[in-house]
Amino acid sequence: MTARYGAWLALAAVLLVALPLVHRDPYHLHIMVLILIWSFAYTSWSMMGRFGLTSLGHGGFMGVGAYVTALLWNHLGVSPWLGIPIALVCAGALALVVAYPCFRFRITGHYFALVTLALSGIVLQVITASRDYTGGSLGYTPEAATGSKLLALQSSDKTVWYFGALAVWVAGLLIWFLVDRSMMRHAMEAISEDEDAAAAAGVNVTAEKLKITVLSALMTALAGAVYCQYQMFISPDTVSGIAVSLQMVFAAVVGGLYVALGPTVGAVITILLAEVLRVGFGTKAVGWDNLIYGVLLVAFIIFLPKGILGSLLERVRVRR
Amino acid sequence: MQDFLDIFDIYLLEAVLNGILLGGVLALLALGLNLVFGVIDVIWICYAELIMIGMYAMFYLVSGFGVSYWLAAPLCILLVAALGALLHLLVIEPLLSAPPINQLLATGGVLFFLQSFATVVFGIDFRNIGIQLPVLGIGEMHFSYARLLAFIAALVGMVAVYIFMKKSYVGTAIRAIAQDREIMALMGVDTRRVYLITSALGGALAGLAACLLVLLYDVHPFIGLSIGPITFLICVLGGLGNFIGGFVAAFVFAEIISLGGLFSDLEWGYVLAFGFFILMMFIRPRGLLARRS
Repeated sequence: MTARYGAWLALAAVLLVALPLVHRDPYHLHIMVLILIWSFAYTSWSMMGRFGLTSLGHGGFMGVGAYVTALLWNHLGVSPWLGIPIALVCAGALALVVAYPCFRFRITGHYFALVTLALSGIVLQVITASRDYTGGSLGYTPEAATGSKLLALQSSDKTVWYFGALAVWVAGLLIWFLVDRSMMRHAMEAISEDEDAAAAAGVNVTAEKLKITVLSALMTALAGAVYCQYQMFISPDTVSGIAVSLQMVFAAVVGGLYVALGPTVGAVITILLAEVLRVGFGTKAVGWDNLIYGVLLVAFIIFLPKGILGSLLERVRVRR
Repeated sequence: MQDFLDIFDIYLLEAVLNGILLGGVLALLALGLNLVFGVIDVIWICYAELIMIGMYAMFYLVSGFGVSYWLAAPLCILLVAALGALLHLLVIEPLLSAPPINQLLATGGVLFFLQSFATVVFGIDFRNIGIQLPVLGIGEMHFSYARLLAFIAALVGMVAVYIFMKKSYVGTAIRAIAQDREIMALMGVDTRRVYLITSALGGALAGLAACLLVLLYDVHPFIGLSIGPITFLICVLGGLGNFIGGFVAAFVFAEIISLGGLFSDLEWGYVLAFGFFILMMFIRPRGLLARRS
C-alpha cells in the first residue's frame, strides 16, 4: 500500500516538475500558476475551515499580505524578501487582535463568521480610503525593478513563476500533513465537536484555536504577497474584501475542505470554469462564472457537503 | 476664533442630525435580518443582495415603465417578500437540520448568484431612479428630503412590525417559536408555515429598505457589498436576534460614520465604525444590551 502510494506520489511530482519544461505555452503556464497560487490560498483557508472555524475574513489577510509587501517596496524600497515576512507579521498580528477576543469570549459559529466578515470589510475600506498611498479602488502596481530582479522578487519568465508557485503550494500541503499528524489536530477536532468537553479534557481551547487561526492567516497573507509579485497588479476587489473571502469558502467547499487536495480541486474547477467561459464567450460571459458558482455552491452544500474530492474518496473507501 | 467655532458647531449639529436620519435606515436594515435570525436561526448573508434586486425593480418600474413611485413601492415590497419566501423554500429548508454554518454559506452562494444575475441582466452601469427630492434647509443646515422620508418610513415600518408581532395571532406564534422551536411544534403550531411567513416578512422589510435606498443611492450590482457588512455588524453589535439592541446599535453606528465622515473622508467614518465594532467585541461580545456573563 505505502509503496504504491509512494510510486504515485513520485509520478505526480515528476509530471508536475516536467510540465513547464515540455509544454511551454505561456497562456497554459499562466493558468497553472494562478491555479497553484489560489490552491495555496484555499488550502490556507481550509486549515481552519475544516475544524468548523468558518472565517469570512481571509480576504482581509490576503489583502494585508499583498498590499504591505507592495507598499513597502514602492514607498520605502524594501525588498519583498524582507517585505513579505513583515507583511506576514502584520497579518498574524491582525489575526491575533481579532481572533483573541473571539475565542476568549467564545464567539463561535454565526458570530465568528460575521466578526471576521467585518475584518475583510475593514481591510477593504482602509485600502480604499488611503487612496493617496494605495491607489484606492483603481488598483496598485509594484514598481518594476531597476536593479536586481531577484532582489525585487520579480520575473517575467512564466516558468520561474511556475516553480515558485509549485514550491509554495507543496509547502502548503506539507503544513497540512504536519498539522494532520500533530496533537493540534486531535485537539482541534475535539474542540469542533464540543468545546466544553475538550476544555474539561485538558485542551487549552483558546490557545489551540489561536494557533491554527494565526497559521492560516500567515499562509493566506503569503498567498496574497505571491499573487501580487506574480500579477504585478493588485486591486482591493481582487485580493481583499468579502467577495474574495467568499470565493475561498466556495472553492474549498466545492473541492472538499476535509481532505488535503480538496481545496486544490476546488481551485482547478473554479479557475478553469472562469477561463473557459471567458475564452469561449468573451465579454458576454461577464458575470456568468459567478452565476454558475452561486448555484453550484448552494447545490453542493445541500447535496454534497463533503465536496467533490471528499465524496469521491469516501466512496472509494466504502468500496474497499 | 469665535467665528470658526460657530461654523464648526453648525456642521457638527448637521452631522449629528444626519447621523440620526441614517440611523433610521440602518435600523430598518438590521430589523429584517434580526427577525429572520431570531426566528429561524439563520443568517441571510445575501440580505443586501435582496435589497439590490428590490432597488433594480424600483428603478425599472419607475424609470422604465413610468409607474408612479407610490405604486411601484408596494410592488417592490411584494416582489422581495416573494424572493424571501423562495429563498427559504429552496435554500434554507433543505438545510434546516444541517450545521448552522452551512446555511450561512449556502446563502453566500445565493449572494454570488444574485450579484452576477444583476451583472448579466442589468449590466454594471450605475443607475439612478431620477427622482430629485429637494434639500431641506433649516438655518444654515442642510438635510435631504430623501433621508428624512427614509427615516420616517423606516420608523413606520418598524412600528408596523412591532404591532404585528404583538397583536396578531401569527405574530404571537412567531415570537413563541423564537423562544422555543421544539416545544411549539408539539403545541400544534405549523413551524413550516411560520418560517415561511417570517422569511416573507424579512423579505418585505428588505423590499421597504430598497424603496428608500433607491432614493439615496445609485443602483449597481455590487451595492450589496457596501450595504451588507454594515448591516451584519449592526446586528452583531446589538446582539443577533435582539431587536432593541439592533435598533440602538444602528444609531450608534450611524453617528460614528456621520461624525467620522465630518472630520475626514466618509470611508474613514466606516473604518472608525468597524474599529469600534472590534473594540466592542472585547467589551461586550454578546451585544450592546446583553447582560455580562
